[in-house]
Amino acid sequence: MNYGSFEIWAIILLIGIGTLVLRYSFLGIIGSRALPEWVLRHLRYTPVAVIPGLMAPLIFFPPVTDGETDPGRLAVAAAALGAGVVTRSPIWAIVAGLAVAVLLSLTNGLAMPG
Amino acid sequence: MTIDSDNAPASAETSPRRAFRQGMVAGLPFSIVVVPFGMVFGVIATEAGLNLAETMGFSILVIAGASQLAAVQLMVENAPTVVVVLTALAVNLRMAMYSAALAPHLGAAPVWQRGLIAYLMVDQAYTIAHLRYETGPPMTMGARVAYYFGVVTPICPLWYLATLFGAIAGTALPPGLPIDVAVPIAFLAMIAPMLRTLAHVSAAFISVAGALAFAFVPYNLGLLLAAALAMAAGAWVELWTKRRRGKARP
Repeated sequence: MNYGSFEIWAIILLIGIGTLVLRYSFLGIIGSRALPEWVLRHLRYTPVAVIPGLMAPLIFFPPVTDGETDPGRLAVAAAALGAGVVTRSPIWAIVAGLAVAVLLSLTNGLAMPG
Repeated sequence: MTIDSDNAPASAETSPRRAFRQGMVAGLPFSIVVVPFGMVFGVIATEAGLNLAETMGFSILVIAGASQLAAVQLMVENAPTVVVVLTALAVNLRMAMYSAALAPHLGAAPVWQRGLIAYLMVDQAYTIAHLRYETGPPMTMGARVAYYFGVVTPICPLWYLATLFGAIAGTALPPGLPIDVAVPIAFLAMIAPMLRTLAHVSAAFISVAGALAFAFVPYNLGLLLAAALAMAAGAWVELWTKRRRGKARP
């Protein structure tokens, strides 16, 4: 990470202010009109539109192995995804992912940093 | 349902004190979920090189885990400041939808209360409170606000504490551990339960394919490009699914 203290705080403050503006937006306008249906239809998908793309390179080309695909990390991701989809619970997704990660670390099935 | 219920007889209404307690009870099970995410953020931010004040600054000033993790991930990749901010805000665009959905129920509250409501508008607060306002017995304006604050009372302080714990634990962890796996696990734990419709799955798929295909685009802008396409894909598939079921609105 090559940011100075000023840049880091600028990032934190700008995201904080921007997020507060998004959260206050409609609540701030009394008697607000409803958002058009097509806008809502797009906003509904913001988390699933941004986060999978953000994590995909980490899963397929982990920086720890300099981008070489690690079957261990794929297995960890598959366990977390599978458990999360089946149980609909983030807790079980974390438990399943961590369990596979620990198991693989102990059996040398996971590429280690350094 | 709306501000009209302010004129209803007090005897038939839930008192603010009771509404606050009911909110706390509803929020309590969700507060447990916040703990692992807060800890993961604390550990990851510390490992990425943020100091304790900066890590806590994120959790206190932003309180939106997915966007915080997204920001730190892009900072690890040394993305330009503007791209880090824009991507994190793109993750949080859904908050505008929450704000719009809560406005008919909380929009008449005093400005300072609305400010506080906005600051504390985490996913769980929106989900629980909106469900209660839409489906539960009507409440007065004061009771609705009290219910909302009740919901976030067990959640938000735990978010700060879990981050703090993670940040302190992060500095104490021995080097050489594969901590990097915690990031995809945390993201997958957030996203997997959301993959309930074909539209959500399509958006996620386009997001992944787009991000990998646009990896060549400079300044980490490929992700935002992929996200825009994925949002459009989700919206389009939703419309298509509705039309197929004959439920499309004119």
